[in-house]
Amino acid sequence: MLDAGDNTKKMTIIVTKGTLDWAYPPFILGTTAAAMDVEVTMFFTFYGLSLLKKDLDLKVSTLGNPAMQMPMGGMHMSMPNILPIIPGVDRMTTTMMKNLIKKKGVASIEDLREAAVEMDVKMIGCQMTMDLFEIGKEDMIDGIEIGGAATWMEEASKSDINLYI
Amino acid sequence: MADQVLDAKGLNCPLPILKTKKAIKGMSAGQILKVMATDPGSIADMAAFCNQTGNELVSQSNEGDVYTFEIKVA
Repeated sequence: MLDAGDNTKKMTIIVTKGTLDWAYPPFILGTTAAAMDVEVTMFFTFYGLSLLKKDLDLKVSTLGNPAMQMPMGGMHMSMPNILPIIPGVDRMTTTMMKNLIKKKGVASIEDLREAAVEMDVKMIGCQMTMDLFEIGKEDMIDGIEIGGAATWMEEASKSDINLYI
Repeated sequence: MADQVLDAKGLNCPLPILKTKKAIKGMSAGQILKVMATDPGSIADMAAFCNQTGNELVSQSNEGDVYTFEIKVA
């Protein structure tokens, strides 16, 4: 991947969301692209920045997720939008999802992020978000870069694929 | 026949591809990697991976729920 010739494809992903479910698409696509010899840059901004924290404590909420259905005993259980108003429900939903992830052989976000680092995916934390939410570089994993919109723009203008997730 | 065997059974997308890439990295050109997977999505994905990376998908078969791929490293 490092022998970037002229034929090397490039991709950038803007990662804007920090929930367990939304963490999957960028990390799955980023690591798969890297495995397929694509040079990948991931730009983490707003809530997406929390995916770069050393300790991930990702949650999933049924709120705003009317399509969420959990498989249960051969059936599917709908998750009413009103549910997370009850204390502990988001935690329960998160536990259910994490159990499913394990049971179905789906990688954890921690594993995918580690794979991304291993495959030299360039990960950029958004400086403005760090200032806004008072997140320090010491709170985040090693090996990332810090930058802003222009940093992403420079990469994006040279890329074949640019995604916003 | 295979120079290396990768057991990716029970793993879901994109892990079979990520592990295949990792295995190929440590092999030399011309060697054969045999991958076994249970993810039905790996049928399409392994072909796409090989097309994109230039490694050759020599054979593909399945026995029950297990899909076997033989990849010749480029």
